[in-house]
Amino acid sequence: MAEEVCAPLSGKVLSLAAEVGSSVEEDDEILVLEALKMETVVYAPCDGRLKEFKVKVGDQVEEDDVLAVIE
Amino acid sequence: MVFTGCIGLVFIYLAIRKQYEPLLLLPIGFGILVANLPLTHLMEPGEGLLWRFYHYGIEWEVIPPLIFLGLGAHTDFGPLLSQPRLIFLGAAAQGGVYVTFFVAHAVGFSLEEAATIGIIGGADGPTTIFLAAQIAPQLLGACAVAAYSYMALVPIIQPPIMRALTTEKERKIRMKKSRKVPHLEKILFPIVATIVIVLLVPQSAALISMFMLGNLFRESKVVDRLTDTVQNSLMNIVTIFLGISVGATMSAETFLRSDVIFIFFLGLFAFMIGTATGILLAKLMNLFTEDKINPLVGAAGVSAVPMAARVVQKMGAEADKKNYLLMFAMGPNLAGVIGTVIAAGIFLTIFK
Repeated sequence: MAEEVCAPLSGKVLSLAAEVGSSVEEDDEILVLEALKMETVVYAPCDGRLKEFKVKVGDQVEEDDVLAVIE
Repeated sequence: MVFTGCIGLVFIYLAIRKQYEPLLLLPIGFGILVANLPLTHLMEPGEGLLWRFYHYGIEWEVIPPLIFLGLGAHTDFGPLLSQPRLIFLGAAAQGGVYVTFFVAHAVGFSLEEAATIGIIGGADGPTTIFLAAQIAPQLLGACAVAAYSYMALVPIIQPPIMRALTTEKERKIRMKKSRKVPHLEKILFPIVATIVIVLLVPQSAALISMFMLGNLFRESKVVDRLTDTVQNSLMNIVTIFLGISVGATMSAETFLRSDVIFIFFLGLFAFMIGTATGILLAKLMNLFTEDKINPLVGAAGVSAVPMAARVVQKMGAEADKKNYLLMFAMGPNLAGVIGTVIAAGIFLTIFK
């Protein structure tokens, strides 16, 4: 079952913290967003394998945009 | 004179070496230095260069409103509009301003001076300068430096108060998603807010109207060139003149008064009370609402945009790393700016 990782707030994608295909545990860092000149880390909502990123570094994302998919 | 000049050098050192608010401290420090050199007549009324900057820029109330024009263009009111109830937190945090006003008057400052010291609690530089220039110019230098210092010290001053007034469980509260704000609402807000606030407190018109005009530039999305200019070039230009003029007001007679230390203490007090009243109102609101507010967000009601909101995000993430309070904190933070301007307008109405 795939689970989507959504943006908790709007901002810019600063870096990707996990590798596609790697297995992640709940609360692992997935990627880092920048909003108001502050870094905000987005964590995995569940255990699984990181299937893909829907964004790349430098993208501007809105709240609730899908950032990555975990299965 | 020599001593005040040395303070200027210290500011320059702090700005360059420690990068402590360099955009402001560098011109302020240099302003202090040259204004205290003998026989320059730089601050001679009607004659000196720095006096002209000060007179036409600050006494004529030109520079602080222009800074607000730039700030307005930088501001996204989305977080405020999506959760309008958080506006009350921005209003509550102005409690520090009024409490300090009474305390400062009780310890012997005149009413005008007490009002200017109280407004430091909003941690809003341009508003403090705007009010001081009109009702207590002798305190302008000290109050401006105090306001900007507390703004920089937000991450040190606020967290202990926030920790003391909230429980671990409260800090973990995750707030419900905010609604999406339609574009039309963002365009109407600066127009409607200007009309309402100016009608209620006409004395705040200079700051509020410029702030909202800047915001309208931004949200209209049809004048990108103007938005860009007020956000960047114009803002930088006026910052230079603001810094050097504020610095130049700090001559030995005005800055080395024994009560300057009091001003710093009272300003700090104002800021701490404001942080506390914001948090306490959030806790009070929680007694009556289903949809709980994380009380940390109340601390962002003191203006200091966006430092106070960042502190809230950090504290929230310390309690629960998946708690994202940043955008919720921006609501009261922006309301705080407007609240401080309104407070200044009220003081002006009474004392001018």
